[in-house]
Amino acid sequence: MRMKQLQTINFVLNGQQFSVPITDTQQSLLAFLRDNLRKTGTKEGCNEGDCGACTVVIGRPSTGNVKYEAVNACILLLAQVDNCELITVEGVQGDDGALHPVQQALVDYHGSQCGFCTPGFVMSLYAHYRNRLPADRQSLKDTMAGNLCRCTGYGPILAAGQAMYNYPEPKGEVTPENLSIVPQDDSQNLDDQIFAPKTEEELQELLQLYPDATLWAGGTDTGLWLTKKLQHLPQIILLGKIATLNFVKDTKQGLSIGAMASYSDVMAIVADKWPNFAEVIRRTGSTQIRNSGTIGGNIANGSPIGDMAPILIVLGAKLILRKQEQQREILLEDFFIEYGKQDLAAGEYLAEILIPKQAEKLNLATWKISKRFDQDISAVLAAFSWEADGDKIADIRIAFGGMAATPKRAKTTENILRDNVVTDDLLDQACEALNEDFTPLSDMRASSSYRQQIAQNLLRKAFAAVPVSLAKAGS
Amino acid sequence: MSNKTDMIGKPIQHESALAQVTGQAIYIDDMPELPQTLHLAFGRSDKAHAKILSMDLAKVREFPGVAAVFCASDIIGKNDVSPVAGDDPLFASEKVIYHGQALFVVAANSRIIARKAANLASVEYQELPAILTISQAKDAGARLEVCQIMRRGDATKSIANSAHQVSGNLSTGAQDHFYLEGQITYALPLEDGQMKVFSSTQHPSEVQMGIAHVLGLPSNKVMVEIRRMGGGFGGKETQALLIAAAAALVADKTGRPAKLCLDRDDDMIMTGKRHGFEMSYEIGFDENGLIAGAKFDLASDCGCSMDLSAAINDRAMFHLDNAYFLPNVIIRSERFRTNKVSATAFRGFGGPQGMILIERVMDHIANELGLDPLIVRQRNFYAKGRDITPYGQQVTDFELPEIVEQLVTSSDYSKRYAEISNWNEQNQNIKRGLNLSVVKFGISFTTGFLNQAGALVHVYRDGSVVLNHGGTEMGQGLFVKVAQIVAQVFGLDVSQIQVTATATDKVPNTSATAASSGSDLNGMAAKIAAETISQRLAKFVAKKFNCDKDQVEFIDGKVCFNDQKVPFSEITDLAYLARISLSSTGFYATPDIFYDRTKHQGSPFLYYAYGAAISEVELDVMTGEARLRRVDILHSCGKSLNPAIDLGQIEGGFVQGIGWLGNEEVCFDDKGRLTTHAPSTYKIPTASDRPDHFNIALFDSEDTEIKTVYRSKAVGEPPFMLAISYHGALRAAVEAVGNDGFTELNAPATPETLLRAMTAR
Repeated sequence: MRMKQLQTINFVLNGQQFSVPITDTQQSLLAFLRDNLRKTGTKEGCNEGDCGACTVVIGRPSTGNVKYEAVNACILLLAQVDNCELITVEGVQGDDGALHPVQQALVDYHGSQCGFCTPGFVMSLYAHYRNRLPADRQSLKDTMAGNLCRCTGYGPILAAGQAMYNYPEPKGEVTPENLSIVPQDDSQNLDDQIFAPKTEEELQELLQLYPDATLWAGGTDTGLWLTKKLQHLPQIILLGKIATLNFVKDTKQGLSIGAMASYSDVMAIVADKWPNFAEVIRRTGSTQIRNSGTIGGNIANGSPIGDMAPILIVLGAKLILRKQEQQREILLEDFFIEYGKQDLAAGEYLAEILIPKQAEKLNLATWKISKRFDQDISAVLAAFSWEADGDKIADIRIAFGGMAATPKRAKTTENILRDNVVTDDLLDQACEALNEDFTPLSDMRASSSYRQQIAQNLLRKAFAAVPVSLAKAGS
Repeated sequence: MSNKTDMIGKPIQHESALAQVTGQAIYIDDMPELPQTLHLAFGRSDKAHAKILSMDLAKVREFPGVAAVFCASDIIGKNDVSPVAGDDPLFASEKVIYHGQALFVVAANSRIIARKAANLASVEYQELPAILTISQAKDAGARLEVCQIMRRGDATKSIANSAHQVSGNLSTGAQDHFYLEGQITYALPLEDGQMKVFSSTQHPSEVQMGIAHVLGLPSNKVMVEIRRMGGGFGGKETQALLIAAAAALVADKTGRPAKLCLDRDDDMIMTGKRHGFEMSYEIGFDENGLIAGAKFDLASDCGCSMDLSAAINDRAMFHLDNAYFLPNVIIRSERFRTNKVSATAFRGFGGPQGMILIERVMDHIANELGLDPLIVRQRNFYAKGRDITPYGQQVTDFELPEIVEQLVTSSDYSKRYAEISNWNEQNQNIKRGLNLSVVKFGISFTTGFLNQAGALVHVYRDGSVVLNHGGTEMGQGLFVKVAQIVAQVFGLDVSQIQVTATATDKVPNTSATAASSGSDLNGMAAKIAAETISQRLAKFVAKKFNCDKDQVEFIDGKVCFNDQKVPFSEITDLAYLARISLSSTGFYATPDIFYDRTKHQGSPFLYYAYGAAISEVELDVMTGEARLRRVDILHSCGKSLNPAIDLGQIEGGFVQGIGWLGNEEVCFDDKGRLTTHAPSTYKIPTASDRPDHFNIALFDSEDTEIKTVYRSKAVGEPPFMLAISYHGALRAAVEAVGNDGFTELNAPATPETLLRAMTAR
């Protein structure tokens, strides 16, 4: 059978059921809300998922439950919300019209000044409230890392978050609004196609027909191809409905991460095993980005600055790639060929990332260096894994992001350290070797020399007798 | 007439708070669009400096969905959107002078179509050498005006004769405003050749006048309105006109409504930023750290045109003394032209750059003498007999000694200063720094004629009140403050005062809402308007009820006289029936200020705003990453009109300041292209950059001489500069590494800058 295009999508918005024909496959949820529904509470601040003014809450089916998460509407395709529940700032008041505790607290603590970021903060805090996350400052800062405010200095908003559980619970569910859709009069390109396969078989069939189609996972990178690069994507295949790609499992072989597992899903599982890995995930993107974005997408798109790849490489991660019925397994470090080029054939897709079981005594050290602590792209991402064999370093792996055109292992440096006892002299040699492994570029994030120096310093930090790092903010 | 209603000094919520948290507050992009609305995008130069040999727009016009394209030759009036000097064309025609400069505007059925079409122009350039840095401009002699000099006494001689000398350099970077709502205009053509323009601007009158010039119309044909902006910070003072003029041009040409909402990247590329400065100092002082002579050389990167650079650089000169008496001083200020987007107003308006230099000097003197920098600051403070600024104004309201004393005590400064010294001796990998800095910021526009404001107050028969004035609301809480003032005059609750959109056809010839002066100027004008009406009412009541008009009071919604309390609404209805006018304008011009720019002498400020801050930081020696651990602020707002609003301004200003000095790095590549043109690459502070230990208090000001509205003080800009303590603390932490010598640190102090400074020791 021939896989049908996604022509109509169904969703619930603020309690009202919608059935909407897809007339523009490239349209973002934000554009649909603002232009077609004239719901203008949700704002456009940056159109790239970095400011949070467009934050909405999406309820997605998840193992028999519905998971409510904050996401950026500006880089989410309208088509991605099929079969989901959406809540926007217009829909959080109780059915008696009373303000939601989050809203009331923001009013009472003077949390809005210019107010343009406010709906986004309301929705991030609403998701926090709805999931009953703790109201301590660190949790709130994590929730708000993807919401920029230029007026308040954040104190009043944090205070509102800390106080929100002290207010009476909102009464009733959101009241359905009676919205009508304003049709767009622009003639859309009717040749554009968008598909939402439910199984890998359907996906494989589509890829056979359209090997050049854009595979759309979370959309936190591909979204910008539309909003910033102004590309036109004639065929889009949404992967969000394929259950067999969306999982995180601890198996005998190791930790198995489906290509569609979000950063948030992975962070939860990784936290116990490797807290410093989880800390890097916590500092990757924002809550909104981690709720939408997938590690699989990040790898498949081959970003040289992706935070996950270096860590996964030192953990010896493998990729499972599928094309039709064929499946192959390669080491992640072999996947990146050069900038923008990955070992992925036409019609082939990433299905799974496998982090093999690690030795008991494995040491993992990893740091992300960026201008800003939260929601920034790394200047350098360093990852080290090794085992101690008595005084000696055994089985060492070192990988860096931001130091080359692809995430890359520091093999010369590894060879210096392998099977040796750490001494100042050895570390000096290893630092020298890093200059052979990498010739980083200068850009707006960091200069080449800073990248080089940071790489050396982090290597020293990894093997320091007493590792030292700055405390988290305020702790 | 006395007044017992207590609307002044209350922490009343922002007038739009409810609308903002429910998503009901309407920004320009949220307004319902009229049928036939065109959506616009700019076509931009992709060279920093070049002759335009030819421009072929055929492909732009042919793109499906494009309705029209306009460029310089389509302008009937003046091709200029500059505020002062006539040097900012709406569209470049013969030459481009910065990368991203507007060449044409595309009007299409949707914004995405307009944006896509705008990229299809083929433009032939002949590239010219581009000046991209201050040093290149210096070499080329590319000045926007002659070097400005402010001096007193013989600085060179007194430095030479001093027991001690220090000298050094400091550069500070540009800063993007990053208002959350980008620049936007919605222009509607009306009958009779009129044009209604909704513009996100801090300066509606300038937008009105500018559009009139571009369209070749008198000002009475153009009406500009703004209910609220999603942030301004100076970035929507002169910069809004470029966007507004393009939209008005399209509306005028096509007869269709036209909306121009800049994409964030276009906004960051095409609109001006804070001036980057390169500065140096040479100071002579005695063994107690008391300054005898000071020489300062300032050079700023003004970008491609004048904009407000003259006044901005002047304000840097005005704030080089900050709180310190400089008996012999010379300040030389160079204003350089480069092929970058024209630098513009940004909260502090040059003040921060001047102020950070003298605060650095205090730390340098302290290092030289081995003193606590706090003591050096206190010794150099203005004092009796040492109270004349380099520009000749007497400092009569100096509140800093008390502010600093209280803050030092409340923050436990001395104990922490000692603890941090110990910490730094014992810890090699993590260093800490503590620094106090102060702010003395001059309040008034230094361009004298701008110090005027108008207001319009209507009282209706039912006693409800409508308030309008020339100030614009950008989040700073101006509207609620002015409403409080009017409520106070009428003895009403603030909820009974309806604030309305700023509109050039209601209050004309207004100044920008800028220079922290919004509530000083517009509050006073509104008070005058309201008092005109309340006095008419008092006179009417006195006559009708046979009492002394001076005994008539307006309290808690009642008009009180002769032991009677009559509801305000009854009196207004009676007054209407008696044919008393219930509407009035109010006009205010700041008294007692003057300045002779040719000599750089005068008394340009009505008063000064004061505050002090102490910051404590922690620095990772191996990476240059820094954390702000604790901040204590004591700031004077005079008698605060609204402490909640004022505290919000103080915290918000401070955090914006740590962005300027910390991680907000504006980068251009060697072709003059801005490489930090989106929040993905340009990093303003997030919630986690704010310290949890953040104590902010308002100083209980005893200043009774101040001639401001209810003795309040301006608060918009001054707290921004409190963040200088953050940079001072970072510098102190760097200094804890290695030798004992003084260390220089530039801004922004990104992890890379910090690591480099540490490595240099």
